[in-house]
Amino acid sequence: MNDIVRMTDISKVYPSSNVRALDHVDFTLKKGEIHSLLGENGAGKSTLMKILYGMNAPYSGEVVIYGEKKIMSKPIHAIELGISMVHQHFMLTPVMTVAENIVIGREPRKGILFDRESAEREIQKMIDTYGFNLSPKAKVEDLSTGEQQRVEILKAMYGGAGIIILDEPTAVLTPQEVNDLFAIMRRLKADGKTIVIITHKLKETINIADRASVLRDGKMIRTDIQVKDTTIEELSRYMVGRDVELGIQRPSLEIGEVAFEVRNLNLVEREHSILKQINLKVHRGEILGIAGIEGNGQSELLEVLTGVRKPTSMELRKNGELLKGDARAFIDQGIGHVPEDRMSQGLVASMSIMENLILGYHKRPQFSKRGLLKDTEIEEFSDQMIEEYRIKAPGSRTPCKMLSGGNQQKVVIARIFSEDPDIIIIAQPTRGVDIGAMEYIHSRMLDLRDEGKAILLLSADLDEVRNLSDRLLVIYEGEIVAEAERNQMNESEIGLYMTGSRSQKSGE
Amino acid sequence: MESRARIKALLKKLMNRKVMISVLALVMAMVTSGIIIKLSGYSPVEAIMAIFEGAFNGKSAIARTLVQATPLILSGLAFTVAQKAQLINLGVEGQLYLGALATAMVGSMDLGVPGGLHLIFAILVGMLVGGLYAGIVGVMKVRFGSNEVIATIMLNSIAILVANYFVSGPWKAVGSVTGQTEKVLDQVRLARLIPHTQLTLAIAVAIISCLIMKWFFDHTVPGYEIKVVGQNKTAAKVAGIQTGKIVILSMLLSGAIGGLAGGLHVLGVDGRFITGFSPGYGFSGIAVAALGAGSPIGVIVSGLIFGVIRSGSMLLDLKTDIPLTYADVVQALVIIFVATPMLITEMIHKSKRVVSAMNPSSKKGEES
Repeated sequence: MNDIVRMTDISKVYPSSNVRALDHVDFTLKKGEIHSLLGENGAGKSTLMKILYGMNAPYSGEVVIYGEKKIMSKPIHAIELGISMVHQHFMLTPVMTVAENIVIGREPRKGILFDRESAEREIQKMIDTYGFNLSPKAKVEDLSTGEQQRVEILKAMYGGAGIIILDEPTAVLTPQEVNDLFAIMRRLKADGKTIVIITHKLKETINIADRASVLRDGKMIRTDIQVKDTTIEELSRYMVGRDVELGIQRPSLEIGEVAFEVRNLNLVEREHSILKQINLKVHRGEILGIAGIEGNGQSELLEVLTGVRKPTSMELRKNGELLKGDARAFIDQGIGHVPEDRMSQGLVASMSIMENLILGYHKRPQFSKRGLLKDTEIEEFSDQMIEEYRIKAPGSRTPCKMLSGGNQQKVVIARIFSEDPDIIIIAQPTRGVDIGAMEYIHSRMLDLRDEGKAILLLSADLDEVRNLSDRLLVIYEGEIVAEAERNQMNESEIGLYMTGSRSQKSGE
Repeated sequence: MESRARIKALLKKLMNRKVMISVLALVMAMVTSGIIIKLSGYSPVEAIMAIFEGAFNGKSAIARTLVQATPLILSGLAFTVAQKAQLINLGVEGQLYLGALATAMVGSMDLGVPGGLHLIFAILVGMLVGGLYAGIVGVMKVRFGSNEVIATIMLNSIAILVANYFVSGPWKAVGSVTGQTEKVLDQVRLARLIPHTQLTLAIAVAIISCLIMKWFFDHTVPGYEIKVVGQNKTAAKVAGIQTGKIVILSMLLSGAIGGLAGGLHVLGVDGRFITGFSPGYGFSGIAVAALGAGSPIGVIVSGLIFGVIRSGSMLLDLKTDIPLTYADVVQALVIIFVATPMLITEMIHKSKRVVSAMNPSSKKGEES
């Protein structure tokens, strides 16, 4: 196997922020391999691949493709060389068909007209060859996320690409869909395609990749790692720069009485039943996890349980007492809420760390008096939080948008945890967060649980839910379809419940 | 050396991206308007000279500039305050009209109270009326989801026509031909700072209002909540902030400042409400706010700049054939250039590239 791509001494500085995103990085691709490009968020993985794809000019260093030196300044250059990229966020037109989405921009024509038939024939042939299990005539809006991803991959291959870059392809998939994707990747490899998978998931790297490269803080830590000779522990050490405890399981020592109880929760909107007859109990000293594919009512459940949205019916009790009111009342009653999307719900990105650290609690006597903010106290509090939660930032007045995802999440977590709420409703606590921060946030959650807090955890990351939860529920189409104690169900069983292929049909 | 470093640091702080855009937008607007003057067959240099002469030459010129700047600063501030909550209040003109009318009516009534009290009361009623008028839009937006841009702009016509009806009918001054109210009592007139000019303490009130609003946004709970609602409404809701109340509060504040602009004009300049007294101060506030880059302090500076242009244009009108509308042209151009930050950013970028090309030591792997 020879190197079909050789990137040498690549550096990239973003002039606006003067951040050195890549620092003298070398990277090679061999024909017909699956290469995992590993690194935490912000390590420079996507930056490096976007350079190869011509999306990130200017850069310094040399890119040699098929033995020839190339300047990659526009994606069209990459596409002409047979390099394609499937982005994390799909770029499909929902109202158009699979075939239309794939051929767009390169449509086969009959005179001046679009030759739909030959497009569909061509796509069908590709689908059959790789076993994609799609219909070229299906509308994209009717497809599942996994199917949409396959459309993106077909789109990438339509021009005859030999090198396909997949940016975090498994982030949005269920365990079953991940298996399907890996089967497709193996078939593509057998067909002689070269695949780069950008990821921070080590298990997947071990499962699918032939070789791996690890980036950290813009530097290539290790390249040319033969995956069959390595371990998850070794890879994580390269990625984080120190030993990390992955997948720590710390079962609860003492589960107390019921702290938070939801009965008979229904949410009907526009004659559409979004949440159906949900009953759940969270005990003191317990983490109750809710697993499920995104879009099965989790967001609505969160909003209802934090007072942001009014349910059709619900009986909510905290320590046996009925709880009512709006978001303000819920916060005042000691229900801490870490929202699922920090950028849109948890933070005001343009405002400073200190202003964000008091959000929702800014009327508490420690932060304001008679309508005036206590600036000195707030800044002191903020400095203390930055230190305690190891928020990496120049100072309390730094706007939150300047922080990395992990540090932004720490701001949200610090705000909620420091208020010492009895009940914590926490959603996607480590989405888009680096391993170091993830480890830290998880151990903080476990500490709080051990102090006797009741924690309700919603996460799309199945590993996270399984590792942290003392008890686990699975939600599917707005209904709780399964309940299990810790380690009672394995991953694929949960996956079956998550996709609605199976149901326990017991409410409690 | 050290003082130089300090000046550099200060400059860096002042010259953030927003300020840079404003400064460049102003420069480009002046240059473009110069080109327009040239194309119209006049001399741009002469025009600029005339503007400066008209704005600064002598006590009365300076006084006139400050008098012009006063309503501009206040309507710019009114627009900026609403903008903090992500609301576009295009109704400052109407709020200014009704505020002026209310102040004029209260000021012309003999309430039997001492002058100072009467003056403050007249101003406060003007602010209240302006605030409530804008508040209607806040309520409409929160309760019925109406679009504040359209609602405020429509309410302008209603305000102006209603005011005109009253001053041409029931409240018309006795014996007057044009639509105007009775003169306000002498005791409520603002004292002249320079004799034979219209310069009063109104300019100080305008500047202090800006400082108060800056303090309000930086140090108070409602100010903080307005900023949160303006910059992320969802996060505000999740944090338990009552976004509806905040939207209404912002409109009330914005309208009250508009009403203040009108009231001060009545008590400081005309001494009564006269139909058509405003040459569109409320609308000019949009340009002032745009150039002020969303900051109350910026509004002071940009209000003064527009005051200079407006008062200078008066002399321009007299000395040359260039009409008074020249000020409106500059104003429009400023809005256009501020509203195209991409263009300005591209210019900054280009100029930086030129600088770094001339200075090879600062090259940082930019070449491809």
